Amino acid sequence: MKMLWVLALKELRDGLRNRWIGAAILLLGTLAIALSLLGSAPTGSVRASNLDITVISLSSLSVYLIPLIALMLSFDALVGEFERGTMMLLLTYPVTRWQVIMGKFLGHVLILFIAIFAGYGGAILIMTLLGGSLEGWQAYLSMMFSSLLLGAVFIALGYLISVLVKERATAAGSAIGLWLVFVVLYDLILFGALILDEGQKIGQQLFATLMLISPTDSYRILNLSLFDGVSDAAGIAGIASEAGMSSALLSGVMFLWMLLPLLATVFVFQRREL
Amino acid sequence: MIKSTVTPCATDKNVISLVNVNKQYSNENVLTDINFNVQPGECIVLVGHNGAGKTSLMKLMLGLTKPSSGSVNVLGQNPAFSAAVAQGLALGYLPESVAFYEAMTGREVLNFYAQLKGVGKNECRKLLDLVGLGEAAKRKVGTYSKGMRQRLGLAQAMLGNPQLLFLDEPTTGLDPILRQHFYELIDELQKEGATSLISSHSLHEVEARASRFIILKSGKIVAIGSLDELYQQATLPVQVKISVAEGQAARVAERMGSNVNILHVNNKSVQLSCFKDEKMPLIRHISSLGEDVQDMQIMPPRLDELYSHFMNGSAL
Repeated sequence: MKMLWVLALKELRDGLRNRWIGAAILLLGTLAIALSLLGSAPTGSVRASNLDITVISLSSLSVYLIPLIALMLSFDALVGEFERGTMMLLLTYPVTRWQVIMGKFLGHVLILFIAIFAGYGGAILIMTLLGGSLEGWQAYLSMMFSSLLLGAVFIALGYLISVLVKERATAAGSAIGLWLVFVVLYDLILFGALILDEGQKIGQQLFATLMLISPTDSYRILNLSLFDGVSDAAGIAGIASEAGMSSALLSGVMFLWMLLPLLATVFVFQRREL
Repeated sequence: MIKSTVTPCATDKNVISLVNVNKQYSNENVLTDINFNVQPGECIVLVGHNGAGKTSLMKLMLGLTKPSSGSVNVLGQNPAFSAAVAQGLALGYLPESVAFYEAMTGREVLNFYAQLKGVGKNECRKLLDLVGLGEAAKRKVGTYSKGMRQRLGLAQAMLGNPQLLFLDEPTTGLDPILRQHFYELIDELQKEGATSLISSHSLHEVEARASRFIILKSGKIVAIGSLDELYQQATLPVQVKISVAEGQAARVAERMGSNVNILHVNNKSVQLSCFKDEKMPLIRHISSLGEDVQDMQIMPPRLDELYSHFMNGSAL
């Protein structure tokens, strides 16, 4: 366990040193403030709290942004050290290969935790100080945690890319490709198919399953359905539970999307020669 | 499955033991039929051209790679993929052209590695001073010169007083004074009983401190042994230089007999060469020549001749 902390703290210090964490906090915080300012304009008639609206808009944006940030953190994590030759030296120290992966993972999740909680959390504190209400904070807090989980998913996927490819440039390209597929193309194809199909073959159950197996869609549904205030405001009240998607199932899917790539990374890494 | 060729017996006494080790990378033989043992306290020097397999051999012993066949044993363990874990503090490694985390300072780098070995910050400070990086420790490694990196590399290899040191081309990029200093550091560890494996291009540099040499050529061990043993194996001619009275050189040269190869004759000296088993008869013969011979010098084969002998795989 001590080894994991030593490795994790190194990643964390790297993140602080290259101002990565600072930049991410600033980006996330600014977006959260901007969206909560925008969101408060049309709330009068809907009777939803400010934060509920903010959760809807912010989670729709996070679904693009958080995976991108996570992949930027992780794509280089292994291939970069292979290429520079630092991994070789590291592995002659009393650390096992799984400790190297888990230590890095812990560190990168910690970086993301700080960025999300300082960025999103800080934004809400500022808004409260400016006279905003804290009503619906539970939904907002749960969005921060699910954003962290979404980030962890893409850190793990980034590692898998990083351990599989031979060069950093390939890893960068693959990470962008992965982001496109998971965040944009999958939904595009899914909805396209749904429209072309006109409800012939893709029934509600199949569609729900196809949504569920995507970590980004799970994240969306989780945030829009977990709290009544949010789902009312989003106009999808009850849809998720009707389709049998409980919050446990949704976060379970995301958890698997984090765990499996991580295990695969350790598996590949343990067979790799340096 | 161990093929029953020349199998060195792997006793507990050996720090390192390799038996019939082969290593292939995508069907290319990088190491072929490697057998040797290393006893505690030895200083083994691996010599060979670039690409002879020195680094590959070290990586096998460090557990960074696995042998394609044969067995590797380091400090009583199979090092494959867990060398450092099994051996804890006992191992120090300085890779060829060592790479560090560029954005960290020298001190941060060393502290990071020290934490992994459970070594305190005090020792880091001492080591940084020892390798002459005390002043530069606050600077980022990215700004370091090649020599400074090498010294930082040495400092990390020496963390926790390792029993076993792997040094891959340790003195490249060091100036002569640092080189000297570097070997003093190694000697110190050696005195405390550390075993070391050093790979090097130059026999000269490591000649005095090596207990044994392993000469590698395209992945095979062509010779192994102490300097004396290598001379024995090499069957290189000994050179003899005789100083003679003015004008007598030609006469002396004529009386040398047929087994002797005359290299050079001038007015005052004769230079000749013969093989080891003819040396004593030759010396006796020369001393019987009387007043004509004024002085005699016997020159054993030079180190680089020895090296190129094994590298070319034939007598000169």
